[in-house]
Amino acid sequence: MIRVTVIFFARARDLAGTEKAVFELSPDATTSLMMQVLVDRYPALRELQDHLRLAVNRSYAAGTAALRDGDEVAVIPPVSGG
Amino acid sequence: MIEIVDHPIDVPQVLGSVSHPGAGGIALFVGTTRNHSHGKEVLYLEYEAYVPMALSMMTQIAEEAKARWGLHAISIVHRRTRVDISEASVVVAVSSSHRKEAFEACRFAIDTLKKTVPIWKKEFFADGAVWVDEEGHKSLEPEA
Repeated sequence: MIRVTVIFFARARDLAGTEKAVFELSPDATTSLMMQVLVDRYPALRELQDHLRLAVNRSYAAGTAALRDGDEVAVIPPVSGG
Repeated sequence: MIEIVDHPIDVPQVLGSVSHPGAGGIALFVGTTRNHSHGKEVLYLEYEAYVPMALSMMTQIAEEAKARWGLHAISIVHRRTRVDISEASVVVAVSSSHRKEAFEACRFAIDTLKKTVPIWKKEFFADGAVWVDEEGHKSLEPEA
């Protein structure tokens, strides 16, 4: 198993009701699986699911990316800086 | 200078940071907080950032603009936490040999920041608050 730390921001944090969680996943886990695991664990995230992006170790994940032990996954709702 | 700060932005300082003897001009963009949103009065805003990733992306934007338009210097500063109405929430300053490059690079930097950098704005009203979504999906949530 691999362990990844997930951090939630802004509206995603409000919906998940937490800012940080640790998940144990199978060694072949990807960002697509991660998203599925997240909406299963936090069903309230579903309403935002189509608009969420995941970042792995501080870079946006393009498509489906492999996860590794110790990764930091950020759940990023639509941004609104400026 | 690439920074995310929890205090008012010193705009003249950001302007000064891109000063260069080879520059023929400096373009300065100051984003300020509006007192209205979709017809409702906004009392103040709060910004949240995924700081390490935001700083890294702001640095990438600055490097790309610098290379693409041959700039002398570029600075990007964004605020975090509470920002009162009319205050600067973001400042971009760009110096280049000629004005065309300065204007274009400045616009590229603020447009790219708004689209990609992990920073979020929450508008506070008399009766609640919303996370702003530039794509237009809004949802009102009562203040806890």
